[in-house]
Amino acid sequence: MATKSFSVAKLPGFTATAVIVFVTLYLPILTLVAYSFNASQSVAIWGGFSWDWYVKAWNNDAVKDATVRSLLIAVCAALISTAVATMAALGTTRRKAFKGQTFIYVMINQPLMVPEIVTAVSLLILFGMIKQATGIQGIGYVIFAHAAFCIPFAYLPIRARLEGMDMTLETAAADLYASPWQTFRHVTLPILLPGVIAGAMLAFVISLDDVVITEFVKSGGQDTLPTYMLGQMRRQLTPEINAISSMLLALTIVLLTAFFLLTRKND
Amino acid sequence: MSAAEKAQAAQSTRNGWLLSTPALVILTLFAVGPLMIVVVYSFLAPGQYGNIEWAFSLDGWRGILWTKDIFDDTYGLADANVTIFWRSIKLSVLTTLLTFAVGFPTAWFIATRPAKSRALWLFLITIPFWTNLLIRTYAINEVIRNEGLLNTVLIKLGLISEPLRIIYTDTAVFIGMAYVYLPLMVLPLFAAIDRFDMRLLEAAYDLYASRWQVLRRVILPIVKPGIIAGSILVFVPSLGAYVTPRVLGGGKQMMIGNFIDLQFGQGRNWPLGAALSLTLLIIVTVALLIYVKYANRDTAHGH
Amino acid sequence: MALRLHNMIKIKRERVTLSQQNAVEARNAVKAFGQGDNAVRALNDVSIEIRKGEFFTLLGPSGCGKTTLLRLIAGFEMPTSGTILLEGADITYLPPNQRPVNTVFQSYALFPHLTVAQNIGFGLQMQGRPKAEVKATVDRMLALVKLEAMASRKTSQLSGGQQQRVALARALAPSPKVLLLDEPLSALDLKLRREMQGELKRLQTETGITFIFVTHDQEEALTMSDRIGVMSAGKLQQVGTPREIYTRPHNRFVASFIGETNFLPATSDGSTLTLPGGYQIEAPAGTKAGQVTVTVRPEQVKLSPTPEAGTLPATVRGVVYMGTDMNYQLHLADGTEIEACVVSDVTGEAALAAGQTVGVRFTPGAAQVLED
Repeated sequence: MATKSFSVAKLPGFTATAVIVFVTLYLPILTLVAYSFNASQSVAIWGGFSWDWYVKAWNNDAVKDATVRSLLIAVCAALISTAVATMAALGTTRRKAFKGQTFIYVMINQPLMVPEIVTAVSLLILFGMIKQATGIQGIGYVIFAHAAFCIPFAYLPIRARLEGMDMTLETAAADLYASPWQTFRHVTLPILLPGVIAGAMLAFVISLDDVVITEFVKSGGQDTLPTYMLGQMRRQLTPEINAISSMLLALTIVLLTAFFLLTRKND
Repeated sequence: MSAAEKAQAAQSTRNGWLLSTPALVILTLFAVGPLMIVVVYSFLAPGQYGNIEWAFSLDGWRGILWTKDIFDDTYGLADANVTIFWRSIKLSVLTTLLTFAVGFPTAWFIATRPAKSRALWLFLITIPFWTNLLIRTYAINEVIRNEGLLNTVLIKLGLISEPLRIIYTDTAVFIGMAYVYLPLMVLPLFAAIDRFDMRLLEAAYDLYASRWQVLRRVILPIVKPGIIAGSILVFVPSLGAYVTPRVLGGGKQMMIGNFIDLQFGQGRNWPLGAALSLTLLIIVTVALLIYVKYANRDTAHGH
Repeated sequence: MALRLHNMIKIKRERVTLSQQNAVEARNAVKAFGQGDNAVRALNDVSIEIRKGEFFTLLGPSGCGKTTLLRLIAGFEMPTSGTILLEGADITYLPPNQRPVNTVFQSYALFPHLTVAQNIGFGLQMQGRPKAEVKATVDRMLALVKLEAMASRKTSQLSGGQQQRVALARALAPSPKVLLLDEPLSALDLKLRREMQGELKRLQTETGITFIFVTHDQEEALTMSDRIGVMSAGKLQQVGTPREIYTRPHNRFVASFIGETNFLPATSDGSTLTLPGGYQIEAPAGTKAGQVTVTVRPEQVKLSPTPEAGTLPATVRGVVYMGTDMNYQLHLADGTEIEACVVSDVTGEAALAAGQTVGVRFTPGAAQVLED
């Protein structure tokens, strides 16, 4: 019998556990996707392959409406949060530590530290007061709520990119007669751009995925795709939910893959 | 410092603040500011049809754990509330423990892959992490409900004759939370293990340590910051969970998050809801402070 | 081509008034980092004059303040006190983008998102020069550093030596009055470094631009410079030609930092130096009476197989064969150590064996008396 070689990094049962974990992570998701192609009415019994539920979801006005609204909110929230996060990242990196910098960090990361339900409740109260006082309705409330909690997600990759950036590049630009604005325009911004795009994509995904805050902040008829699905889950379940979930899943995977390629290529 | 140096430093600070201002304004208006209003609301009386009445009252805070007897106006412990708090804490602790027990081997597995495939394994952990929480909760629902995958398979195999009633129980919420928050445990653990110098293992084995001793005396102490980070990242959202208990607990197995929601809905007790929110926030803050303290102590030791 | 460039830059080497003859001047420059008790003086009251058209080297160990002085001249830092002059004009507080001074960075700092040609043209573009002029200058620079074939490459596709050339061309393109080079060769391997040393010297001669070159490599400094400024602990220790620095070091630091040397205690009566063992040599002019330290380079230490009269008796402790040279470690009777370096003979065998007692002499005029 051949002797097994001794590998220092190997620990008993770890590989088996990891394999089980990966299977457990993906099995439910794959089941969900599989059942979106179920021809049967029920989510329980497999009735053969069919695209019906995708067609049905596609022709469902409520779904279409919620999708458009979700995308609109996510695009606006991503743009706003990325713009302000980029500025904040430029303001808080690569300069001498200044008084109040910690305060700015805490403020920016605040949405990561407060439970979502608490933010949701606080915004419900605030927006209730504003709506009552001014009578202004609209989707703007949801957009700004999303923009606020997306800021830390947009900020992190931009800041990481800035910190990884060779500071002498800007010194070199100044040495070569570039004014501060020219330095930003011709050197800093082009090099920072992948980080900004990555930040915007994260913000977009985070906004698209949000359930709790939207559920509390939205007015009647302002369902996003996730809140629409949450509402549907209380009622009778049909594979239509699976179809919608699968499409959202596909979108997330596409964005994530792009995000990874973007952040990796420029390492 | 010369005057010119001072002026330069002052300008740098001013630019830092100016650039951060738009973000700070949005966060003040839509994240930090509203919390102040919640504080105010928690000290007011509930309105008859929801919202509040502008009258000072401590009933919101008292209502967290105590209930007023309708006959003699004395306060007694509210059993239902205690149950909800107990369930929240119990399920959050269990979730943290389970995700660590299975997450640590997984993180170790990923970190010890060859550099090329490691990125792929990491990506496989990240996809569920970024996938909509609602979708993942719904996916686990597909597996554990009475007519779901698990019961179907078990009945087909003849292992059980009746479906296991998991859905709408504490167990369902527990399984669901462990499932959705697992990536939050694996990622910081991976980061810590990835930095771990594998040559230390050779040194430990060279000095007669057994596998178990290596794990307990070398690996775990060194990756402790990652363990603490992962535990906090799982514990905090578990405690404030809303979607998972709502979908898998069926509205009966409430956690604090759902209890808060109830006060702003059918309960029509906004001050109590506000006080509960702040209580949750305080517990989370304490957990974070403990984390910061431990993390700093570890870095002070030069880990 | 060299001539064209020469004309373009129009460096005039005619004698003008003394202050205008200096390309760069630092007066009492102090740079402190940190505040209060933690303040560290990276530059401690440095005054220096660098002449037009010369290849000047700032030499010193890491942390001696040479890079800080360079950054003050470039405008990346402001001095805590003191003045920086460029051709007689005060530029102490002028921002770097308004100084006609360019830098070759240690890390090269090439813009990763731009091509080689775009990198070289960057400075001219920022100055708002006409497109045609930018293009013409870029082409000329590409030819100067022999990188015509690489014009449209991204800088990451170049080798270390090529990146170095791009950095040089980029800094030379705007025809600066002074070119600052911050250890530009430190990232290159030995062979390439030798090659680039020649290249730099050629470029400096062709363009006539004042070069201020920072390095910690004494050999590099000795071979390339017109003059060297040796720095240590934030202070300028000595300024002089390579020959002066090597043969007439002012103090212990300069003597030991540049080349190998021996230090010996001696008693001076103003005209004669008496070394341990009673060996006497003539004192250099201006030597004070009293206890002094004398330094002698190992190659100026001569050995005879027996301790003859008028030599210093010493015992051979060890012999090290170094290829071209043979290095002898010797002990004087009082225990003072001394090293001698002798050119190897054809066999490579040592003429003297360990344990042998020999006679030591110094080449006349080789012994230097140090200031401290």
